[in-house]
Amino acid sequence: MTKASDLAPSYDLAVIGGGPAGLAAASLAARAGLSTVLFDENPGVGGQIYRAITSTPVTDRTILGEDYWAGAELAAEAKASGASIVTGATVWSLDPQRIVGVSIGGKARMIAARRVIIATGSQERPFPVPGWTLPGVMTAGGAQTMLKAQGLLPAGRTVIAGTGPLLWLLAAQILRAGGKIEAIVDTTPRGNWLRALLHLPDFVLSPYFAKGLKLMREVRARAPVVRADRIEAVGKDRLSEVVFGQGDDERRIAADLLLLHQGVVPNVNLAIAAGARHAWNERQLCFQPVLDVDFGSSVPGIAVAGDGAGIAGGTAAAERGRIAAIAAVRALKPEATVPDPQIVRQRLQREEMGRAFLDWLNRPADRFRQPEGDTLVCRCEEVTAQQVRDMAAMGCEGPNQMKAFLRCGMGPCQGRLCGLTVTELIAVQRDTTPAEVGYYRLRPPVKPITLAELASLPISETERKAVER
Amino acid sequence: MFKRLAEVGAPVAITVDGKAVSAQTGDTVAAALLLAGIDHCRTTPVTGAPRAPYCLMGVCFDCLVTVDGVGSRQGCLVPVREGMTIETQLGKREAGR
Repeated sequence: MTKASDLAPSYDLAVIGGGPAGLAAASLAARAGLSTVLFDENPGVGGQIYRAITSTPVTDRTILGEDYWAGAELAAEAKASGASIVTGATVWSLDPQRIVGVSIGGKARMIAARRVIIATGSQERPFPVPGWTLPGVMTAGGAQTMLKAQGLLPAGRTVIAGTGPLLWLLAAQILRAGGKIEAIVDTTPRGNWLRALLHLPDFVLSPYFAKGLKLMREVRARAPVVRADRIEAVGKDRLSEVVFGQGDDERRIAADLLLLHQGVVPNVNLAIAAGARHAWNERQLCFQPVLDVDFGSSVPGIAVAGDGAGIAGGTAAAERGRIAAIAAVRALKPEATVPDPQIVRQRLQREEMGRAFLDWLNRPADRFRQPEGDTLVCRCEEVTAQQVRDMAAMGCEGPNQMKAFLRCGMGPCQGRLCGLTVTELIAVQRDTTPAEVGYYRLRPPVKPITLAELASLPISETERKAVER
Repeated sequence: MFKRLAEVGAPVAITVDGKAVSAQTGDTVAAALLLAGIDHCRTTPVTGAPRAPYCLMGVCFDCLVTVDGVGSRQGCLVPVREGMTIETQLGKREAGR
């Protein structure tokens, strides 16, 4: 295990996040001779898609599927590349001068990097429905994480609800592992098909097509799938039942576990705090960094690769990481040999095919992104949809002003689970667009750190003398 | 709510609010708590509502617990260690500590 004191004061390249983009980037850069460090806050590399790829207790390869196991090669390559891979390392700060603040085992360090690749990936889109804060309600991704990393399988009465490929993948994985699913509540709006069909030809040619059909067939054969346009988690102090329906039809299922999912969105906190300009993506309904062809952000020397650059999936993420790394190598060590970027770009293009179809098909319904009434928007500060709507109607123009009025986005998650909802609610209430409304202003530390961690930063003699009397 | 597919890790003894809980190497604090069947790991500072791990990937901060005396640690990012003491965080009452 690398300790904070083992870190060099500076590196050619710092990669933040050890998913496919980060692993591929670090690997390529280190092989080309850049001194490279990769930080990941989890106990092991792999990110979410290849979570616990080097340590999973799920040895039956059919359960998680071959797409998961493909991550083993990336992890092995990165390990052999000579890059310093530091896990359990939380990056809490990155400034435009590329000074990285990182904490490892309770000790903090500031290290300098000539180039930075942010590869912090995606998170699940907030799914603000009544009762989503009750114990017993979790994200589908969360359940998948525990299946991959700890080999934990949902037991008891399990309901999966929402829309998107991950929902079906998780259901298949649970069933293959011998688990049971009471119901899959499909909230994909039927109307989405119209828009999606325009992109069908591209999708049919993509690898997603055959895989997706097979997965849905596998799941439908073994678990009941029900359509719904509303859903609610009900219970006192913990989940007891899931209530859902369509039109006048309403159903209640007693449940111990409700797994929610409606797609993933870029994890923007570090990139925004570093000063990278972001823009609204209307197709994917989220903010994403504005990037050049090499995934360079508006801040010189800082690139954003992987799903953090806009959602495209794990295999595309690796190619994006390679493109960003090639740019870093070319800037810092032009004489080094790197793969032909054109070939990597072609592979990336292939991986990105079919994405438009998936995005339009799995676009969450308005009511699941723009909640009403007592539904909590900000889980941390317990701010309701009605409060946000009322404040916007009274003249509050943006999320930052909203913080001052309601404290939404000011709890420990720093807006990760309410940011998009607050932006959309203000937009809809004020009859404008999310692009106009903008997002929370995010500042370091992007992860909470203790005073003791800050105090553990090394102090030079000059710095000490500057404050001594 | 969850069961373990295979007992492959070595046992790790931890305590949760003073009670002995058996975990395994490879478990995070949040996974160990869920497997032990705890109904919540903290209550919120605003209304005192119970919360349990939600996202398991470092995003939601609902799995905040006190680990070996340090408050507000993200349980989903901390691997269990032999002898670790974990305390649930009761938001309202313990906010000042």
